[in-house]
Amino acid sequence: MTDLTAPPTRKAAPAAGTTPGTSQGPPSVRPRPGRIAPLPTAALLLGALYCLLPVAWVLVASTKSGTELFSTFTFLPGSGLGDNLADLGAYREGVYWRWMANSAFYAGFGAVLSTAVSAVSGYALAVYRFRGREAVFNVLLTGVLMPPVILAIPQYLLVAKAGMADTYLSVLLPLVLSPYGVYLGRIYAAAAIPMELVEAGRMDGAGEWRIFLRIAVPMMSPGLVTIFLFQFVAIWNNFLLPYIMLGDDEKFPMTVGLYTLLAQGAATPALYTLVITGAMLAVVPLIALFLVIQRFWSLDLLSGAVKS
Amino acid sequence: MTDTRRTSPGVADAPRHGAGDAPGPGGAPRTTTARVHASPGAARRRVRNAPYLFLLPAGLLFAVFFALPIGYAVWLSLHRIEVKGLGLGRGARQEVWAGLANYTAALTDSELARGALRILGYGAIVVPVMLGLALLFALLLDTERVRARSFSRLAIFLPYAVPGVVAAMLWGFLYLPDVSPFHYALDAVGLPRPDLLDGGPLFLALANIAVWGGTGFNMIVIYTSLRSIPAEVYEAAKLDGATPLQIALRIKIPMVAPSLVLTFFFSIIATLQVFSEPTTLRPLTNGIPTTWSPLMKVYNDAFVGGNVHAASATAVVLAVATFVLSFGLLRASNSGRKQGRTR
Repeated sequence: MTDLTAPPTRKAAPAAGTTPGTSQGPPSVRPRPGRIAPLPTAALLLGALYCLLPVAWVLVASTKSGTELFSTFTFLPGSGLGDNLADLGAYREGVYWRWMANSAFYAGFGAVLSTAVSAVSGYALAVYRFRGREAVFNVLLTGVLMPPVILAIPQYLLVAKAGMADTYLSVLLPLVLSPYGVYLGRIYAAAAIPMELVEAGRMDGAGEWRIFLRIAVPMMSPGLVTIFLFQFVAIWNNFLLPYIMLGDDEKFPMTVGLYTLLAQGAATPALYTLVITGAMLAVVPLIALFLVIQRFWSLDLLSGAVKS
Repeated sequence: MTDTRRTSPGVADAPRHGAGDAPGPGGAPRTTTARVHASPGAARRRVRNAPYLFLLPAGLLFAVFFALPIGYAVWLSLHRIEVKGLGLGRGARQEVWAGLANYTAALTDSELARGALRILGYGAIVVPVMLGLALLFALLLDTERVRARSFSRLAIFLPYAVPGVVAAMLWGFLYLPDVSPFHYALDAVGLPRPDLLDGGPLFLALANIAVWGGTGFNMIVIYTSLRSIPAEVYEAAKLDGATPLQIALRIKIPMVAPSLVLTFFFSIIATLQVFSEPTTLRPLTNGIPTTWSPLMKVYNDAFVGGNVHAASATAVVLAVATFVLSFGLLRASNSGRKQGRTR
């Protein structure tokens, strides 16, 4: 447990039943570690419950058949999971799996490209001093503030003029440059790369590109993983851009696909179970991903925290 | 760069590095000067040119996918389609200069004004509640003797990984009277079942989706900033007998002000652009018009109505309003508080 005041030597004893001194006396007496702070813990668990509620619901609801959905209690599991999965897989010759594969492609490939661009730009902005450096950085950062709405329409029109509307590239390319990714890249590069190493590389006659690849990239790798994850989630969750760019549902990502399914479901509630099952399958992989990676990756990195 | 949180709390977290502790837009990371040692001119030139080459991909992408579209949007907003004759055949439809006509039309459009009011009302719920909860949870995570800390942290962060469309679907179904547990409970005790997807409750229903999805990320940003405060800062206050609540209010909150400003900024921008959640809920209710949010109106004008010129003007107005509002509120919060500067 993180006790900010306890000296490192004093281990928090897991005194389960023994709570010495329920009345603390004057506050200047340091509270003994090992006791539970009930109110903060309860408040946090309440917050966790609130955040898990819809996820728990979709897990349960996806097991219900169409009639059970509207007739049985919300959190009572049903008997239709197998049928729902089969129905979803059979819907329009398995177009749902196609949407998932598309989402994985957009998010995976897009995040790789985005991480590469962020890494090389962040490195340049952190390591070199050159004219216009702050100007370049600030211009890139204004991209964070630029509402996608002002970009989306002209992006679509320009892409259409280039004959690229309704293609995979039209969804992939506009998301490659991530201002927040460049910002994170600069922070990680500045914190992780000692100039002495860059200098040593130059002394040994290594080119700038080689120094970047061989010295900088390995040192920045925890940060690069973070940029990758950030962009993966951002593209995976994106709705507006593919919604505008694409017309052919074979190229839809999962978000747009599920939306069209729900829009049709408004007329035929029989599709609701498909939507719910689809939503469940859309949520589970990302949650699993986060549960796995948080073992070796810290959430704090996401906000630009740098620990050495 | 390992997670030092569990093994060495407290003193080990003291910020030895000024670089990453200020994740504010203005927080320029430390940069060591590239000292070019004495070497032949070619090598020096190579070092001098390297940053420009490294920035080339970002520059190209910025030009093609940011600068060009923005310029094109502004150009479009100043033009309109003029139909000649019957509007048939080549050249019958021409783009002609429209001056500020599209802007006057956008600014006097009552539907847009209604959408703007809706979004302001929605934002007035979302931003304070979401950031308030994010700050509260971050402070609670930073409290001593809290149990299940990493479980709570992960659970509250989890909605971040759920797409807005899917989040809106999950909550949308939970709002449906025939499916919802809340309605089930109300029914059981014989109370009337409110329609959450229309009128006033609709704002709360939509705000709830945004709060659910956004609290975790903001909590992480604030919590990270809290953890970078060195423990010595609290020691003196503790010896003076300050309670945890006093420490939170007097020391912690002022010290994380830069990250509060950052999260505030991002939240305002995200709120003003809400699109996927109300769009997703539309099939479930008649209470959401196609122009519910300004962004939905822009989409509708451009792709349903086919008037990209008017839509571009509306988009530019929306972008300018976003800037004015976010910077204006930032200013107001700064002048009201000495601490609120981004470092």
